[in-house]
Amino acid sequence: MLTRRFLLPLLLLPLALALPAGAAERTITVASTTSTENSGLFEYLLPIFQAKTGIEVRVVAVGTGQAIKLAQNGDADVLFVHHKPSEEKFVAEGYGVKRFDVMYNDFVIVGPKADPAGVRGTHDAAAALRAIAEAKAAFASRGDDSGTHKKEQSLWQAAGIDAAAASGQWYRETGSGMGATLNAAAGMGGYALTDRATWISFNNKSDLDLLVEGDKRLFNQYGVVLVNPAKFPHVKAADGQAFVDWLTAPAGQKAIADFHVDGQQLFVPNAGKAGS
Amino acid sequence: MPRYPLTDLTAAFALALDMLLRVDRDLLEIVGLSLRVSLSAVGLAALIGLPLGAAVALFRFPGRLAVHALLTAFMGLPPVVVGLIVYLLLSRAGPLGVLGLLFTPAAMIIAQCLLITPIIAALSAQTVADLHEEYDEQLRSLAAGPGQTLVTLLWDGRFRLLTAILAGFGRAVAEVGAVMIVGGNINHATRVMTTAIALETSKGNLALALALGIILIALALGVNLAAMAIRDATRARYG
Repeated sequence: MLTRRFLLPLLLLPLALALPAGAAERTITVASTTSTENSGLFEYLLPIFQAKTGIEVRVVAVGTGQAIKLAQNGDADVLFVHHKPSEEKFVAEGYGVKRFDVMYNDFVIVGPKADPAGVRGTHDAAAALRAIAEAKAAFASRGDDSGTHKKEQSLWQAAGIDAAAASGQWYRETGSGMGATLNAAAGMGGYALTDRATWISFNNKSDLDLLVEGDKRLFNQYGVVLVNPAKFPHVKAADGQAFVDWLTAPAGQKAIADFHVDGQQLFVPNAGKAGS
Repeated sequence: MPRYPLTDLTAAFALALDMLLRVDRDLLEIVGLSLRVSLSAVGLAALIGLPLGAAVALFRFPGRLAVHALLTAFMGLPPVVVGLIVYLLLSRAGPLGVLGLLFTPAAMIIAQCLLITPIIAALSAQTVADLHEEYDEQLRSLAAGPGQTLVTLLWDGRFRLLTAILAGFGRAVAEVGAVMIVGGNINHATRVMTTAIALETSKGNLALALALGIILIALALGVNLAAMAIRDATRARYG
């Protein structure tokens, strides 16, 4: 029976380990997108913000659709995504306090070096998609209701093509994040729409090249919203607002501009310029 | 984490070795959380699953067959579904939202515990049923009550039941779907080995992702070896 003396504690040990949650004194939860996380922007920004304010920011990086859903359930203090119509709807429905522009970059169309649709170097995104559809070249879509997916759908609409009808044939909805979709595009030698930040920091480009850029419709605006404390009393309004304020103030804007990957600036700060 | 170009499988092995030798601080944190979460989940699941499995094996109660069938079927619960259910329960909009557990290690422990309790219960039910056949006469001659029988059989079967517990641990430490949803893969807070592997894969850092995978497998192997070593040592001394 000696065994019982240490077997039971051994069984209970993990429970004791589970107790301390290891939380810092001041933390906020930010629901954001995979593009901001995967590009390394948060890893660069958050330590600067924390050094200045003592607030630890915890980022849950998912697609814009899921991020908004999380915030609507009150599971985040701040929403930081990139689909302005959805963000404005979020505020209008009372879930958010006020939306602020933070920064922008752009979307680009990438594809195989062989470029079977012949779109390399063109600057009309809708025309490029039409060419891809006509060539029946493989196209990897996010298919996950993310900001990028919504942008892609609006471009198909502008091209006058019902891509969803070809789903499972040349149009392939991965239903996953930007990186996973780029992995899929690389694997099948297909085209994809991606934000430039994820593309630049993506490390498995293999046979993919940047083919189409520079269309005004490819503009990608990021916005930030404090989740409404009137709706969710547990929202850390003061600390959340501090993050929103810092992002849109000169200090945060400069930090965003200073973030580079491989010598390239990934996001252009534009708080208070585009207005909303 | 540092960036590495994708070369091939050997690069992943070299990278795994390199990270282990350098004692990468981020890696230690992630490994530590993986162990903390999964061992806690296994501890909890064993506390629930072992008596539950034994009860199903030993006692004749109404609906026993249904419970047994459910436990066996739930051995294959999809982690994503479990994660989703726990998310809906723990979300601020959900019934347990006031606890504020979402996106914490506690939420991850709950999800993994739900995932593996049926595994431990179903496997231990089989073990205890076998033991019961062996010891039936002895127990009857002792005129042991039902509670005493259950405790005695669990205790006598402790070395065999280790397999059930290790199966649960293997499932817990390897799953990604549930902890991704309820933990949120938050850097320095809820990032574990499997969610880190998913993240590095999505960044296109395939060699790094694979290196992390190799370390995870080594980790699971280490835990199993340690458990078996403890078992053999105690068996030799007290068995």
